[in-house]
Amino acid sequence: MVEPLLLFDALLGLAIAALAVAVLTVHDRFAMIVLFIVFGLMSALAWVRLSAPDVALAEAAIGTGLTGALLLTTLHHIRAAPAAPVPVPGGVVVANLGLCALIFGGLAFAFLLTPLQAPGLAPAVAQNMAASGVGHPVTAVLLNFRAYDTLMEVVVLLAAIVAVWMVERGTVQAPAPVLGEIYRGFSRLALPAIVVIGSYLLWVGAQAPGGAFQGGAVLAAVGLLLLLGRLYRPQPAHRPFARAGFVLGTAVFAGVALLVAGGGRLPFEYPAAHAKTLILLIEGMVTISIAVTLAALFHGREPEAVPVSEKSE
Amino acid sequence: MTSGLIFGLTGIAVFAIGLFGALVMVEPLRRVLALKLCSVGAGFLLVVGAWREPPEAPDPVPHALVITGIVVMISATAVALALIRRLHMLERDTDD
Amino acid sequence: MLLDLLALALIAVGAFFFVAGTIGLLRFPDTLCRLHALTKADGLGLGLTCLGVALLAGTAGEVVRIVLIWFFVATSSAVCGHLIARHVRRAANAGGR
Repeated sequence: MVEPLLLFDALLGLAIAALAVAVLTVHDRFAMIVLFIVFGLMSALAWVRLSAPDVALAEAAIGTGLTGALLLTTLHHIRAAPAAPVPVPGGVVVANLGLCALIFGGLAFAFLLTPLQAPGLAPAVAQNMAASGVGHPVTAVLLNFRAYDTLMEVVVLLAAIVAVWMVERGTVQAPAPVLGEIYRGFSRLALPAIVVIGSYLLWVGAQAPGGAFQGGAVLAAVGLLLLLGRLYRPQPAHRPFARAGFVLGTAVFAGVALLVAGGGRLPFEYPAAHAKTLILLIEGMVTISIAVTLAALFHGREPEAVPVSEKSE
Repeated sequence: MTSGLIFGLTGIAVFAIGLFGALVMVEPLRRVLALKLCSVGAGFLLVVGAWREPPEAPDPVPHALVITGIVVMISATAVALALIRRLHMLERDTDD
Repeated sequence: MLLDLLALALIAVGAFFFVAGTIGLLRFPDTLCRLHALTKADGLGLGLTCLGVALLAGTAGEVVRIVLIWFFVATSSAVCGHLIARHVRRAANAGGR
């Protein structure tokens, strides 16, 4: 009964590698992005086959959906650029091809020789699950055992939005396309459902695959739909709310760590009785920050006093 | 032959393809995509290293690390894309 | 057992329609023809596949989720088809391709 599934895995692996080649070789830039989105969805399927549903959700929502939206909106802004192909000398291509083939060979050799049945950290996680405050191992690792990593990850997201606002300050962007009434009707239908799905993913993360990052990414899609349908237009007056949204997750996360440390413990050694409450508090606030930040990254430029439409040609 | 073996080799192949693209491609947008391919390949290798046959529970630590990696990668991608948009504007302004 | 066979048949027919839609996508000459193949054949394929999977589902909750997935994928693919067709028509009116 194992054989057909292995055949499926082999086909899926081949499709993923072929799509990676196609992303780099296809001439049209729009087709390149579409192929990349297909690549991302196929790799989400591969994550499911590797029994990593949390990673599959994150890959599909963040790595593919939102990244694809970012790439497409960037392509819209730089569309005017004639993609003038500067020819790369053949020698450079051959040398790099050889280098990458060597790297592939070396890594594959090392991978095939490595015993993959090492015990790893799974037993340590399983032993301490009772003290973590949640029932899902990945959430326990993200928000309890390795919470420093996650705190830094939220800080990276904050740094990204700060950098994007700085880089694009004072620029004028191409006006967004008008998508029409059917799209608006669809977004009115989809918005409540997306809010429910995002909140569900956040809530279920304590016991099953899901959590702050997946839920936040799905909620960010609400922002994308609103921005694309022009149901919401960012105003300069809204900047303080946006900034508050960006820092909320980091502030609460760091604040909890400091409070716990103030009680004579290590920074993320939550008191066992309050672990679940604290984790849910952090997850909720981090979800809001992730949703606001990802939607703002999609919008790109900081809303400034001069409206875009007045200066467009 | 197991799923772990197949996707481990897939991950290494995708990493090598992405690395080649990042080294050779000229277009900035394509380079960003090539680096993103690299990150997906590296993620596969990381998770496969701790993969178990389905009845056994998988190791959650690499899963959490890969989720962190995906979020860091979208942050880096967003900054790179903002730089590309800015570069495009500067080039267009000097051409006029 | 009979239910399993029925589900298998439904999923196989659904997969056949997906393949047919993909052949249309690859072989038809222009964007509107390709959309015609994709939206119709894939819509039917999706419905049949969801029906087959729902027959195999263990609990009522799973069936409800599959129905919701079917509903949202079907509406969003219809809206996507509309947006692509609209863009094609505008580009043609604007004197593009």
